[in-house]
Amino acid sequence: METSESNSYRMRFKKILLIGALVVIAGIAVYTFLVLKYDPSFVNLEERLLPASLEHPLGTDHLGRDVLTRILLGSQLTVGYGFLALLLAVAIGVPFGIFAGFKGGIVDRILMRIADAFLSFPDTIVAIVLSGLLGAGIENLLIAIVIVKWVNYARLVRSTVVVERQKDYITMAKINGLSERRIMVKHLFPHLIGHVLVLASLDLGKIILLISSLSYIGLGAQPPAPEWGAMLNEARPYFQSVPELMVFPGLAIVTVVLFSNLLGDFLRDKFDVKKEVA
Amino acid sequence: MTLLKLKNVIKSYSNGVNVLKDINFSLEKKQCLGLVGESGCGKSTLARCVLQLDNIDGGEIQFNGVSLQDLNERELKPHRKNLQAVLQNPSSSLNPKLKIRESLIDPYLQFGNQACLKHFHYTNEEAFVTQLMEAVELPDALADRYPHELSGGQKQRVTIARAISLEPSLIVLDEPTSSLDVLSQASILKLLTGLREELDLSYLFISHDLSAVNTMSQQIMVMRDGSIVDHFSQENIFSEQRNDYTKELISLFE
Repeated sequence: METSESNSYRMRFKKILLIGALVVIAGIAVYTFLVLKYDPSFVNLEERLLPASLEHPLGTDHLGRDVLTRILLGSQLTVGYGFLALLLAVAIGVPFGIFAGFKGGIVDRILMRIADAFLSFPDTIVAIVLSGLLGAGIENLLIAIVIVKWVNYARLVRSTVVVERQKDYITMAKINGLSERRIMVKHLFPHLIGHVLVLASLDLGKIILLISSLSYIGLGAQPPAPEWGAMLNEARPYFQSVPELMVFPGLAIVTVVLFSNLLGDFLRDKFDVKKEVA
Repeated sequence: MTLLKLKNVIKSYSNGVNVLKDINFSLEKKQCLGLVGESGCGKSTLARCVLQLDNIDGGEIQFNGVSLQDLNERELKPHRKNLQAVLQNPSSSLNPKLKIRESLIDPYLQFGNQACLKHFHYTNEEAFVTQLMEAVELPDALADRYPHELSGGQKQRVTIARAISLEPSLIVLDEPTSSLDVLSQASILKLLTGLREELDLSYLFISHDLSAVNTMSQQIMVMRDGSIVDHFSQENIFSEQRNDYTKELISLFE
């Protein structure tokens, strides 16, 4: 009894946190559209390394650019590209997994060996190699992330489909004369959404970390793009004199990753409620 | 007129066990053919073979004069409309993530106008689901629920409604009542008998329960270890010519 009570308490806490995060994100969006008055790449050497003031709430960096503006616009780059990479990985992985799992047999074996081959690349190495081949840049980083991440979705979806495929309702769908496409889309897909959403929201944090860390070592977004990892890198020489230049982008990364993990936990709790247990 | 004809059907598993040994029978239109036998005698395998879910290793399965065993899934599709089934476990036969309404309408949406319905009329989704729910004597309000919100008997009625939604000529009933309580069993059997007359259906009624088979069927077959050991008309069930194994089964239900 006590555990279920504390569980529901934790659930409510997470809910409040998530709603809070949504409010903050909405606030940021409104602020960015309505209030933002600085050009993120406008260089003003007379105002370099200013401390926080009303004019510049988080101060200015070594080229006199407004830090708050750059962090807010950086969210579009870091989080935006993170989302895009995630969407592409899901869009490739989910159909691949459904198809392999549903077809079974030799098709399944061939497709999953292909997936295994992709799985054997560590993400950082793929990103470094691709940057070497295609040149550094956030688009190439995006390609590298999709290449590494789609396999997880394919494997997750496939394993769920393999279990569901054996059940009577799929047999009945075959007897009812439904086409394979219809069975996959209408009958199997609803069983996967929960799993995919949970993995995706947990992955978002990892992808954002990857984008930032690779941008930090110079393989992702290139200056003057206001990417958080790149901002950290640019602020490095001034760490001793103006440490907040590194603290603020770092905080931005930590916050987003934390909330994406919380969202993942929340969704996992939510979808764990098994309707089908009769 | 013969609807389903099995000729020398053989099926064995990869471990060498012969599940079906030389099965021969035919099923006439508008008839209910009962198949009794104990668990593991090959009844369900026979059902799966008739439904083209498993391939047979020899012989012929004719449905409406067409040999089904050599057809691929695309060629089978027009026959699927006429060959439906109700399985033993209604809970697992319905997709837990879909509302009853969605499960019921699914086969019709796949076939659309090709379904050529005579008894039911498709004007819109809602009216069609209402007709089906009425046919199996379920309140219309249940259509908006999920399967786990229904009782076993109600779920089985839904799977029956889905099976008749395409107005098939044959429904394979694989132990349709064995997971239900006694009262639901009786009402489901009554419903099935009524639907058969109303919609001109034929049944291949598979059960381990001889009394259920006896009340439903005109023809009865007894299966043992993958062979059909006795085949007789319902009125001759107590005849002295019955096989010893049949007599044993009869003595069990008396």
